[in-house]
Amino acid sequence: MSAPAKLPRWADLVLLPAVSLAAALLLSAGLVAVMGESPVTALRLLFAGAFGTGDAIGYTLYYATNFIFTGLAVAVAYHAGLFNIGAEGQAYIGGLGVGLVCLAGGSWPAWVVLPLAVAAGAGFGAAWAFIPAWLQARRGSHVVITTIMFNFIAAALMTYLLVNVLIKPGQQSPESREFGANAVLPAVHGLLAKLGFEVAASPLNLAFGIALAAGGLVWVLLWRTRWGYRLRVAGANPAAAVYAGINPGRITIGAMLLSGALAGGLGLNELAGSQHRILLDFPGGAGFVGIAVALMGRNHPVGICAAAVLFGALYQGGSQLSFDLPRINRDLVVVIQGLVILFCGAMENVWRGPLAALLARLRVESRESRGESQK
Amino acid sequence: MSVSPERVPALDLRGIDKRFGPVHANRAVSFAVRAGTIHGLIGENGAGKSTLMNIVYGLQSPDAGTLLVQGREVHFRHPREAIAAGIGMVHQHFMLVENFTALENLLLADGAAAGSAAGRAAAREKWDRLALDHGLDVPLDAVVGELPVGVQQRLEILKALGRKAEILVLDEPTAVLTPAEATQLFQLLGRLRAQGKTVILVTHKLREIMAVTDRVTVMRQGAVVAELDTAATSLRELAEKMVGRSVLLQVEKGPGFPREVLLEVEQLAASDDRGVPRVKGISFQVRAGEIVGIAGVAGNGQSELLETLAGIRTPTGGAIRLAGRDVAGDDPAQRRRLGLAHVPEDRLKLGVVAAFAAEDNLILGQQERPEFGRGVLLDRRAIAAGCRQAMAEYDVRPGDPRLRLGAFSGGNQQKLVMAREIGAGPQVLLVGQPTRGVDIGAIEFIHRRLVALRDAGKAVLLVSVELDEILGLADRILVMNGGEIMGELPRAEATEEKLGLLMAGVRAEAGHED
Repeated sequence: MSAPAKLPRWADLVLLPAVSLAAALLLSAGLVAVMGESPVTALRLLFAGAFGTGDAIGYTLYYATNFIFTGLAVAVAYHAGLFNIGAEGQAYIGGLGVGLVCLAGGSWPAWVVLPLAVAAGAGFGAAWAFIPAWLQARRGSHVVITTIMFNFIAAALMTYLLVNVLIKPGQQSPESREFGANAVLPAVHGLLAKLGFEVAASPLNLAFGIALAAGGLVWVLLWRTRWGYRLRVAGANPAAAVYAGINPGRITIGAMLLSGALAGGLGLNELAGSQHRILLDFPGGAGFVGIAVALMGRNHPVGICAAAVLFGALYQGGSQLSFDLPRINRDLVVVIQGLVILFCGAMENVWRGPLAALLARLRVESRESRGESQK
Repeated sequence: MSVSPERVPALDLRGIDKRFGPVHANRAVSFAVRAGTIHGLIGENGAGKSTLMNIVYGLQSPDAGTLLVQGREVHFRHPREAIAAGIGMVHQHFMLVENFTALENLLLADGAAAGSAAGRAAAREKWDRLALDHGLDVPLDAVVGELPVGVQQRLEILKALGRKAEILVLDEPTAVLTPAEATQLFQLLGRLRAQGKTVILVTHKLREIMAVTDRVTVMRQGAVVAELDTAATSLRELAEKMVGRSVLLQVEKGPGFPREVLLEVEQLAASDDRGVPRVKGISFQVRAGEIVGIAGVAGNGQSELLETLAGIRTPTGGAIRLAGRDVAGDDPAQRRRLGLAHVPEDRLKLGVVAAFAAEDNLILGQQERPEFGRGVLLDRRAIAAGCRQAMAEYDVRPGDPRLRLGAFSGGNQQKLVMAREIGAGPQVLLVGQPTRGVDIGAIEFIHRRLVALRDAGKAVLLVSVELDEILGLADRILVMNGGEIMGELPRAEATEEKLGLLMAGVRAEAGHED
């Protein structure tokens, strides 16, 4: 009886997220006003901080890269009917794979190290997702619970490794030594400089391109291959999958492996692309933001890329905002990000009904006015 | 037709009009329902019956037209207002909380506080009396989920009566009932009429209309096409008005020429999901060029038998041979490759993915076939072309391969499933309840296809709870009861009486069995 109201496709994909975003920003503006700052100024600073200069755009896209990887990871699992909350841990362990290859490949040429680093990031991430996947497929342990637990295990494992094993000798902070120059993903400003374009320096690196390519690959896999078809059937109607001769357990494992591999891409961007060493807590919650990104992007690669840029802009513009307006501190920026997640992810269906009613009324009115003009 | 004094109609619809985007669901619908009668509303799926009843119940508001209840004009914006005006509705899918007791569900409907023991006792007394007054036997303390559907339906009716409903709308009430339960329901409706209630029976089953209604309104494509006194009409006339052309109620079918055995089942046993044995060592054969019908009251093991044959359920014993090869250990994909196709009983649960486009549903189970792609890739163009062709051949409307499957009517969904399974070119076709929730025009079409498949020398195993369907299609009839085959009859010897006895578990007399 209370099925969600049907919206036309364009409204579902564009109008609804836009309305949700506007509502979140409006509420944030109210908060800013309460803090005694001008909401207009704050919004302008936020926007300028994210897109105003070349390096601002670079930072925005650099953050967006993480969110594309984790958003895709969540979306692939979602299409198989699985809720992967473990992108954070899979990204963390994926980064370990990237870092180990980069540390080990001291004297190898870049064209050997970097592809190996990509493979290791994907492989470690997939391996970390495999255990919950196997437990789900064979023992029925719910993947939501196990992936959450595996986030904690990943964090504890990484702390142990960085404090006791990988730490650079003779220093206090739990970080590995720096990667060699051959084990660093080229920065975008460096690449463009070679082509004769001068852009401001930023941590934006080749991982951004890899993320976009991963998005394309996910699209092809899900919507253009027989395996993707099987995966989507198993996710949409498991009983029909069995009827169609599809083994749901095998799909669960395959989807989670791909999901974990995609999450591992975050390690590539953060470690090989920007930090050039293994350090503590580098995923920084991006695995969880990926859930919001996938929700807002309708679990479609194009939507995910757009939503990732939005969240990247909030990260980058938000830190600029707290820098420029002293009364708006880092915590308020987190509040604003939280509001966007709340409105775009969790409360979207609040707007769906009224919006559908409004569109239906507009359509009837336009038809009536057409009908009258014909008379 | 009677010369009764001019009474105010219980329900009077005047020019009700409703559009959903391009779909004109109701076109200036006008008719009146006399108080104290059972009024039938029939039409094929998609004829606009449900929309109309949703308007009557306040779930939707009409674009134009007026609605009069007991002569008073009303404008419902919410079911609450319809209930207050004395309209009760029993939906096809019950609105009950399954893990509550019957009494708790009734308290919920009342909106009454169930907290105090005194309140509960008072409520129990009230509902007990109401149930007694109307001859509704409902165990108030039973958990609803454990009650048979027929009893759940009675609970829904009781709920509506408790809200002082004078007009009771029942939407396809017999779709989930056994024949015996349906008979009980009709007796109940008769009693309600005798007490002065007005009943609107929405259905697409003509026999029910003929059996219980006083008057009948026929809808087609959103408009009322006929309003008749039931006593003055016939099955055939109603069917023609409903479909808009003359229809065959009986399939034309020549004699069959059975050849070699294609499907052989020996001492097959299977259990349901809870481990209760449902199929208890049954054996039979299906030959090329024949339709074997399995008759029986729903829930006697037919569903488990079909699922076991299709490979969805693992047998607990026995053998299944497909063209001589034992397939009991093979999964559904392997059996499909050996020439088995399956139209499942529960279309929406097993046979389709409602959220997918029609074209994506047409490759379900056949996603690995070479004609739908190259290597690991799918060929979208070939899939769309195949779907368009199947839609034309099976007269699926609308003929749009990209349309979401859930947006098609039940009959068109079933035609798509038939197109897919027959299109796979099977040697053996398993069919479960092929016309459940399907309108008359499509039923005729589906039956013809099954006979054509038989005439092409394929083996068809038909499981149906509709005796008419079994008698109309099968060459040989097996009757299941309690997980066993009670007897087998060639079509020529089968009568409703003989089958009815077997269905009730009374074995055929000795001498017939060998």
